[in-house]
Amino acid sequence: MGMTMTQKVLAAHAGLDKVHSGQMIMAKLDLVLGNDITAPIAIEEFEKAGMVTVFDKSKIALVPDHFAPNKDIKSAENCKLLREFSREMDIENYFEIGQMGIEHALIPEKGLAVPGDVIIGADSHTCTYGALGAFSTGVGSTDMAVAMATGEAWFKVPEAVKIVLRGKMGKWVSGKDVILHIIGMIGVDGALYQSMEYCGEGVANLSMDDRFTIANMAIEAGAKNGIFEADDRTLKYVSEHSKRVPVVFKADKDAKYSRVIEIDLAAVKPTVAFPHLPENTRSIDEIGDIRIDQVVIGSCTNGRLEDLRMAAKVLKGNKVDQDVRAIIFPATQRIYLQAMREGLLEIFIEAGAAVSTPTCGPCLGGHMGILAKGEKAVSTTNRNFVGRMGHTESEIYLASPAVAAASAITGKISSPEEVIK
Amino acid sequence: MINGRVFKYGDNVDTDVIIPARYLNITDRAELTSHCMEDIDSEFIMKVKSGDLIAAGKNFGCGSSREHAPMVIKLSGIKCIIAETFARIFYRNAINIGLPILECPEAAKDIEDGDRIEVDLNSGLITNITKGHIYRAESFPEFMQNIIKAEGLINYIKVKAGSL
Repeated sequence: MGMTMTQKVLAAHAGLDKVHSGQMIMAKLDLVLGNDITAPIAIEEFEKAGMVTVFDKSKIALVPDHFAPNKDIKSAENCKLLREFSREMDIENYFEIGQMGIEHALIPEKGLAVPGDVIIGADSHTCTYGALGAFSTGVGSTDMAVAMATGEAWFKVPEAVKIVLRGKMGKWVSGKDVILHIIGMIGVDGALYQSMEYCGEGVANLSMDDRFTIANMAIEAGAKNGIFEADDRTLKYVSEHSKRVPVVFKADKDAKYSRVIEIDLAAVKPTVAFPHLPENTRSIDEIGDIRIDQVVIGSCTNGRLEDLRMAAKVLKGNKVDQDVRAIIFPATQRIYLQAMREGLLEIFIEAGAAVSTPTCGPCLGGHMGILAKGEKAVSTTNRNFVGRMGHTESEIYLASPAVAAASAITGKISSPEEVIK
Repeated sequence: MINGRVFKYGDNVDTDVIIPARYLNITDRAELTSHCMEDIDSEFIMKVKSGDLIAAGKNFGCGSSREHAPMVIKLSGIKCIIAETFARIFYRNAINIGLPILECPEAAKDIEDGDRIEVDLNSGLITNITKGHIYRAESFPEFMQNIIKAEGLINYIKVKAGSL
């Protein structure tokens, strides 16, 4: 029996010719990642265990992004711990404020993830790098601590859901709508313990930013990872960002899947996930009249350049509703700079939106846009759990940058077509 | 042998309600634990006693990878979580910190809030003393059993290194 894409990547890193689903393996890691929330515990465990050196100072990345720039004294202490550990261990990929970005936008941009890699990160959205044809998955702080010392991690080889994409997305539809549509179909545990493997001729019609968004939210379907087979577009992206050599793995023709789903990209409509689960999806024409208090455009899901371009296209020449606070977070310094050069930031500010330095901030209810009791937000982030962005009685509606921007203008959840005729 | 009272919850209990992100800047573990389950059950931390258990439905621990979630549950005195299924990062984290978790849909569906439960981790047998029902959970692969026995991955690695 053949292997899936994920199984092939894992087998290669475990030094095995073949692996099968359910098998326990130890795999060599190409990158170990942590942030200012998860790495402090990992560093504590690392030291408690008496570990003194890291396995490879070029294969560890530490990014203060969640409560950074430091939101309070406790957060400042955590970021300081990352900084000092990085200095002590001579870690090459520590990204200070001014260089940093939201980790999952930053790592591909810095060329630290390439096709064929096995990557773990103490952050659930580490699955983002599957967009590049890497196996990447979220773990906890203890896994991170051990991996920093040994360069290895244990895995149970997953089976996979095969998602065949056909056709081309319509106007105002983006990767966010596609992944929300899929999660709506299969549920928040629809791919539990499994890989989501994307294939089909429709993949060629998806930009890298669309693929990053789709892979990013694999965890919201319970998946271990989401993965796209690397194609010409992937290899071009990698050659522009990394000096490392990509290794392209393809699924065997006779690979076995637990389930096969076909998606016609042309039939996907702008999609919104209602509180309090990402699976509570409705297409834009089934929304009704929902007034909102805040719009957030950004995060590891949707803070990339194409997301900002899409938001600017909708906001250009329009004004944010007087009852709405619109906050926009370019995901990295490089994206921020490019958005400035393209005039996107000017469009946002002229429209009455606030533009912030990169941070995970409001996505997890950290800072920079917390919701009060009873408030509603349209957000391009990834989770709408109870209390995720603030008060337990606030509500989050997950959507694409285009829908979020349109909603900022009208003050209610809206289709971009309502504001751009 | 684990023997205690059950706190019962539903499906998709996420790590944001187990330990809200607004507390993740706290490094003092006792202070962090005082907020355990706060956004789903504000009385949990007042009521929980060492030896108690949690039972829940599908996809327990979904969402963020924060290890703070199983950590505060363990520090609150909970000795075992029984669920229909667990989100995979939570599952990993619980094993890695030595918090026993059992997947047993039959038990997870039948057990009610306040039931007295006995768990034998070696056999995977779960006894509902209140109802007089017995359920059998799937046993862990040997590799995971060894991590749990060592009370977590760090100790497991230490023991393995020491035996070389």
